[in-house]
Formats: sequence, structure tokens, C-alpha cells
Amino acid sequence: MLLAIFGGILIGLSASLYWSRSGRIAGISGIVSSALSSRGHERWVSASFLLGLLAAGLCFALFSHRVPAPTVPLLPLAGAGLLVGFGTRMGGGCTSGHGVCGLSRLSARSLVAVLTFMLTAAITVFVVAHVLKIGTPS
Amino acid sequence: MKALLTATGCGLLFGVGLCVSGMTDPANIIAFLDVSGKWSPNLAGVMLGAIAVHASWLRLAARRGRATAESSLRPATAKRIDGALVGGAALFGIGWGMSGYCPGPAIVALGSGAPGTLVFVAAMVFGMMLREGTTWTTKRSGRHSTIPH
Repeated sequence: MLLAIFGGILIGLSASLYWSRSGRIAGISGIVSSALSSRGHERWVSASFLLGLLAAGLCFALFSHRVPAPTVPLLPLAGAGLLVGFGTRMGGGCTSGHGVCGLSRLSARSLVAVLTFMLTAAITVFVVAHVLKIGTPS
Repeated sequence: MKALLTATGCGLLFGVGLCVSGMTDPANIIAFLDVSGKWSPNLAGVMLGAIAVHASWLRLAARRGRATAESSLRPATAKRIDGALVGGAALFGIGWGMSGYCPGPAIVALGSGAPGTLVFVAAMVFGMMLREGTTWTTKRSGRHSTIPH
């Protein structure tokens, strides 16, 4: 739990620096979208942020003994990816944009979004793990 | 160039935060969402840590009057609570619950090279393009030229 809070503090610092130094919101779905669709400088700033994320993942994979991987089969993973991509753009944010940044600025929109995705995610996990009984129960 | 280095540094810090907190492991996310199983509070710890720092930072910056040049700010623009917000969040939650991945951790986890992660991120990008295909074309034809740099 202490590591979780420590990790959260680093994420909060990152969001704060990104806002103060470049005036942008550290919402990852928005950054991915911007790296794909913006033009010029805007696109490169977003791509640079993503490069940092990737670099962190690479370092962690190189120096960590246990590299986490999804246990879900590929087809449902692809379906989940589609829903996450489509849903985050439709709803205007994800766990970072609405969750960390939006809640930090006391946005009512973000609170509604967070409560909604937490609820549907918990229902989905309940159905998958305890009704359909797919995978190892956690 | 400096702006790009700043963005890379922020991305790196964000990614390290996700790694050390265990958020890049889908099992930890599922364990938080599974309220009727063996519940793990870790995701709540990450959110609380991040929000505590970011909210205080914003509060301090507001008190000082200026955190950055106003002209360079790109704040959230949407104001309304509408069907797209709730519907989009609901769809995102279903995908999140199915996989244990949201966009940030999925991109960081690409570093592990697991095939499932690659498939997830490819599908996620495709899903974003599906939703934004039409708005992107209008953005490209008009809006980018108005961003001052």
C-alpha cells in the first residue's frame, strides 16, 4: 500500500509539472489521441510524453524479475481495447484525465465519469469472475 | 526542443509511478474492482496519492497567481454532463473491467512485449480512431493553425 501511495505521488507530480511547465492536462487517452491526430508541435509534445511512458515500461521490464502480462485471451482483450479506446474518446478522458486531473480540480463532469466507469468496471469484473466464472478468482 | 524534453520527462515520471505502484499489472486492477473477491485497496492508494499532490499543487499555483503563461494553457474545454460523457465512461469501464488495462498502464506495459498488451493497445488506438475519425478531419483542416507557437 505504501508503494501504491508513493507511485501515486509520482503520478501527481508528473501531472503537476506537465500542467505548470507546458499547460497541458496529463490525461493519457487525450495524449494518445493528440499524438495520432494533432499536427506540428502539439503532436510532437504528445508523442514525447508517450515516449517517456514507453521508456519507463522498458526500464521496468529490463530490471524487474517479474514482468506482468495480461491473462485474458487475445480476442476478449481486443474487444476490451476497442471499448477502452472508443469509450475514453467519447467520454473525454480515462483514469488519468478524469480520475487524477479532473478530480483534483473538483470537476463535476469528471466525478460523474469516474463514478460511472468504476461502477461498470466493477459490474464487469463481477460478471466475469463470479457469474461466468472465467479465469482464476482473485 | 525544451518542451519536448519536458514532456518526455513528465511521461517518464508518470510511467515510473505506474510501475512502482503495480498498476501496470492487470491482476492488481482486477483485484481492486473485484469488490466481492479478495479486495485490494492499492488503486485507491495510487489515486489518493496522485490527487493529494496534484490538487495541492493546483491550489498553490492559483494562490500565487500564475503557474505558467496563460496563453500557453490548454485547459479542459467541455462543460456539460451529457450522454456522451456517461455513455463513454460506461463503455470504457466495461473494457477496463474485462482487461484490467486503462490507457496509461497499457502503454507502459508495452515495454514488456507481451502479445496481449500489443493486441490491446492496437485495438484501443483503432477504437479511438473509430470515435474520432470524423472530428479529426475537421481538426486537421482548420484548428491546428490557431494554436500559437
